[in-house]
Amino acid sequence: MIETPGFRWFRRIGLTFLFLLVALPLYVVVVTSFKPLSDVRGLFTWVPSTVTFEPYLEIWQTVPLGHYFKNSLIVTTLATIFSVIIAIMAAYAVARLNFRGQRSFSLVVLSTQMFPGILFLLPLFLIFTQIQRTVGLQLNGSYTGLVITYLTFTLPFAIWMLAGYFASIPRELEEAAMIDGTSRAGAFIRVVIPVAKPGIIAVAVYSFITAWGEVLFASVLTNNDTRTLAIGLQAYANQTDVYWNQLMAASVVVSLPVLIGFMMVQRHLVAGLSAGSVK
Amino acid sequence: MKAPVKALSTLAVLGLGMTSLAACGSGSGEATSGDTLTYWASNQGTTVEDDRKVLEESLARFTEETGTEVELEVIPWTDLYNRILTAVSSGEGPDVLNIGNTWATTLQETGAFLPFEGDALEAVGGQDRFIQSSWSTGGAEGEAPTSIPLYGLSYSLYYNTEMFAAAGIEAPPETWDEFVETAKKLTIDTDGDGEIDQWGVSLAGSSISNNAHQAFVRGLQAGGSLFDENGEPTFASDEQVAGVKQWVDLMAVDKVVSPSNAEFTGGSQMVEDFAAGNAAMFFDQAPAKTLNARGFENFAAAPVPLTDPAATGDEATMSHVAGINLSVFNETDNEEGALKLAAHLTSDEEQVYLNKAFTSLPVLSAAYEDEAFQSEEITLKQGILENNAKPMPLISQEGQMETLVGTAIKNLFAQAATGTVTEDDIRTALEDANSQMAAAQ
Amino acid sequence: MSQLIEKPPASGGEPGAPQRPAPAVRRRRRSPFAYILIAPAVIMELLIHIIPMVLGVWIAFLGLSQLNIRNWLRAPFVGFDNFVAGLDPNGPIGGEFLASFGRTLVFTVVVLAIVWVLGIMAAVLLHSSFRGNGFLRTFFLIPYALPSYVATIAWAFMFSQRDGAINKILVDDLGILDERPFWLLGGNAFWVTVIVTAWQMWPFAFLMLLAALQNIPKDVYEAAAIDGASLWKQFLLITLPMIRPANGVLLLVMSLWIFNQFNVPFVLFGAAPPESAKLISPLIYQHSFSNWNFGLGGAMSVLLLILLFIASVIYVRMVLPKGKDID
Repeated sequence: MIETPGFRWFRRIGLTFLFLLVALPLYVVVVTSFKPLSDVRGLFTWVPSTVTFEPYLEIWQTVPLGHYFKNSLIVTTLATIFSVIIAIMAAYAVARLNFRGQRSFSLVVLSTQMFPGILFLLPLFLIFTQIQRTVGLQLNGSYTGLVITYLTFTLPFAIWMLAGYFASIPRELEEAAMIDGTSRAGAFIRVVIPVAKPGIIAVAVYSFITAWGEVLFASVLTNNDTRTLAIGLQAYANQTDVYWNQLMAASVVVSLPVLIGFMMVQRHLVAGLSAGSVK
Repeated sequence: MKAPVKALSTLAVLGLGMTSLAACGSGSGEATSGDTLTYWASNQGTTVEDDRKVLEESLARFTEETGTEVELEVIPWTDLYNRILTAVSSGEGPDVLNIGNTWATTLQETGAFLPFEGDALEAVGGQDRFIQSSWSTGGAEGEAPTSIPLYGLSYSLYYNTEMFAAAGIEAPPETWDEFVETAKKLTIDTDGDGEIDQWGVSLAGSSISNNAHQAFVRGLQAGGSLFDENGEPTFASDEQVAGVKQWVDLMAVDKVVSPSNAEFTGGSQMVEDFAAGNAAMFFDQAPAKTLNARGFENFAAAPVPLTDPAATGDEATMSHVAGINLSVFNETDNEEGALKLAAHLTSDEEQVYLNKAFTSLPVLSAAYEDEAFQSEEITLKQGILENNAKPMPLISQEGQMETLVGTAIKNLFAQAATGTVTEDDIRTALEDANSQMAAAQ
Repeated sequence: MSQLIEKPPASGGEPGAPQRPAPAVRRRRRSPFAYILIAPAVIMELLIHIIPMVLGVWIAFLGLSQLNIRNWLRAPFVGFDNFVAGLDPNGPIGGEFLASFGRTLVFTVVVLAIVWVLGIMAAVLLHSSFRGNGFLRTFFLIPYALPSYVATIAWAFMFSQRDGAINKILVDDLGILDERPFWLLGGNAFWVTVIVTAWQMWPFAFLMLLAALQNIPKDVYEAAAIDGASLWKQFLLITLPMIRPANGVLLLVMSLWIFNQFNVPFVLFGAAPPESAKLISPLIYQHSFSNWNFGLGGAMSVLLLILLFIASVIYVRMVLPKGKDID
């Protein structure tokens, strides 16, 4: 593309606007997290009166943040692993193989992708209580229960994206391997999966981020032992006080793992998403 | 070449297997048998951790007396209602638990909690030990209560003594008219920049529950009620509208409340406003602890002003019967132990200990003999709780009622903050809430 | 998704899309391998979607409340009562449901428009090369990677009327406004919900659109430039048509995400949002989990399901004309 001066100006202004839009809330969060409590009680100030690291130390005492952190990590990781493994298998079958009910399956995946979580929350809650009553297996408030509900939104998207991605991989790759005597399954594992790495990463990142930020299911289906960060963070605001500085410090702490992980893989994302969705 | 297929199917089986494996991940909250009881406590103090320390001391005494261990879980307010729902519907809950006393009738209807009658009533020493207004929150009228009071609270008026002195006001206002007059006198521009920086009153305009409580109290004072004797909602009766108007007018007409208060979602912001010297008066249940923690001491408590100073009965209501109740789960394996724990927590000694720690009011008249409860403020609040408090309507949709009425008033404050609110606006808002309530019943 | 729609099983052995040479080896027969691969997904779909949806429909016909939640299998059958209550435009509950549904539609369109404009702007600008390009690409993705509740809490803090950063900027720093407006109350609450949702979602649009732009061959632009087409013309005549398939998918997925938004209004306003910000998911949550009127919540869910399904089928047919196999 040949750039004109007008375009350059447009680019400068446009990108400055977008930069400020993204940076403003981030700045507010970070700067507030370094303020003493007396600073955050009144009008917002751009610069703290004194920079203090205390909120970062206090957050662990006010609320059992470490415990919630562990819970979020367990639930989110399990949900991501399961949805990615199940989706890789199903997506390959949809994209490459031929089976009975393929069309219905695709339709189900496609349509469940669009249904809101609130639709599944109540029935799953009742199913879980019924299982608990009859079999004694506790699902409400357990990691398992939460992981299962998280699959309701991670799985359809993962299948859908990966099916698109697998379809974009030239068939010749695996066919060459199959002519060499490798089975279909062998070609899938040794040839297709490695090539599909960007797509798989994109899907895993999506699942992880969405599950890490999930509020709806966690608000009903967790208890003291399994409470996730999304719900646990609310405890910085209670009847008598809102510890804004600690809330922001905790926000920084809970965001860092996803942000760092995201930055590490983000260059794969564009490739993964483009092939997966554009075909 | 079958190996990859095998590998994949193993993987699939493994995947499903892991799901069930993870089931072992957690398992608290079951009603435990034998010599252990599970106790769910609500969050009363400043943090969940503080509460745990206070309660563990009391529970240790229980274990010493009875040999029964208690597994304690302190549950934040945002979670408690959902946790109770889970417990009720799955049948897997604690043996003993705390509930907000306004939930009592809703929870009674689930049939999941032990009625306090006969032996169960005797186990906690009978009804007469308790403050009767608190006791009456235990469940629907005419039925054996399924909860007993644990911590008591009542609203009173808090005022800044320095500001009162500076304005030459000698005594706190006794009637609502005096209250508004006083508030107007205290709404001033202290530094002469043309903007008011000291307001007469602070309130939490966006707090659903605070607004609902005020609608209840002000409505009763005006001779109205939220429900008639047949249980039909009467939110928009003339009296009820008049009562709500008194409350909303503080901001909309009398201009003694800063418009910024329309956004306050909780009591903490209101207390903060008061402690920062932005407001001279506010209504609250137990702010002393927070104010003391801020090093703020120039405050005193007074009765809630009455519309008609000579009023008696419902029209002399100053507060709803606020507080926390305690219930025993029906499906407990250890009913005897659970009742013993209930008796322990409502015993004279523990009532003194617990309410002192949480700055709430004992629910037994006898406990006030302790010197911890001799202060002027506590005596005042005890009097209000015993003589000038009525329970919020004892109906199963109490929570929904609070949401509807509280939201209507919240919206009125939002309107008042940026414009005017007429009596018709108030009536329309309450009529809307009323029809929603009628449809839900 | 286009793949899922455009490639019905019958075409499995047909020549692929034009850009793909016909495969040398074709598998017409149904392989057992496919069933092994698909089995876990089918089981999970049954467990987490199909069975709950069937149960959800059943609940909608029950008078399920605190009276019988302990034994919900024995809750009384009330026929279409819940649906009548939920849909009656003159009744207070139905009126609220329909108003909320309409509001959620408007919300979806507005957020989608903002998100798309920001996304395409960022994608086009960052598709050109200049210094700092790589940094901005990464930086712009932060709102998407940030946990949704963290971003929402931060915005709620900033939108506080008296003490928040937004009013500080608008009133104190820039002096654009004289009075401090209320953002979290009244009609403005809707716009706050829009802004917070759009802020979290636009990087996803940016990412997808950037990916689509990279698939456009460079020489098309070069040819157009030689013909004297302005950059704006190039954008309209080349860029937009070329990204159309990706766009269709993107808009569908994003509009569903926006429509189903729960996190933002729930974290901003809790169980009782201002009228203007009462979206459909929080409303159903309120009926089910605050009021414990599970039957009504169930009926609203089913109504929503039907409406969403119709909307999606229409959309898929309109935007993806090749999606004839959807039915």
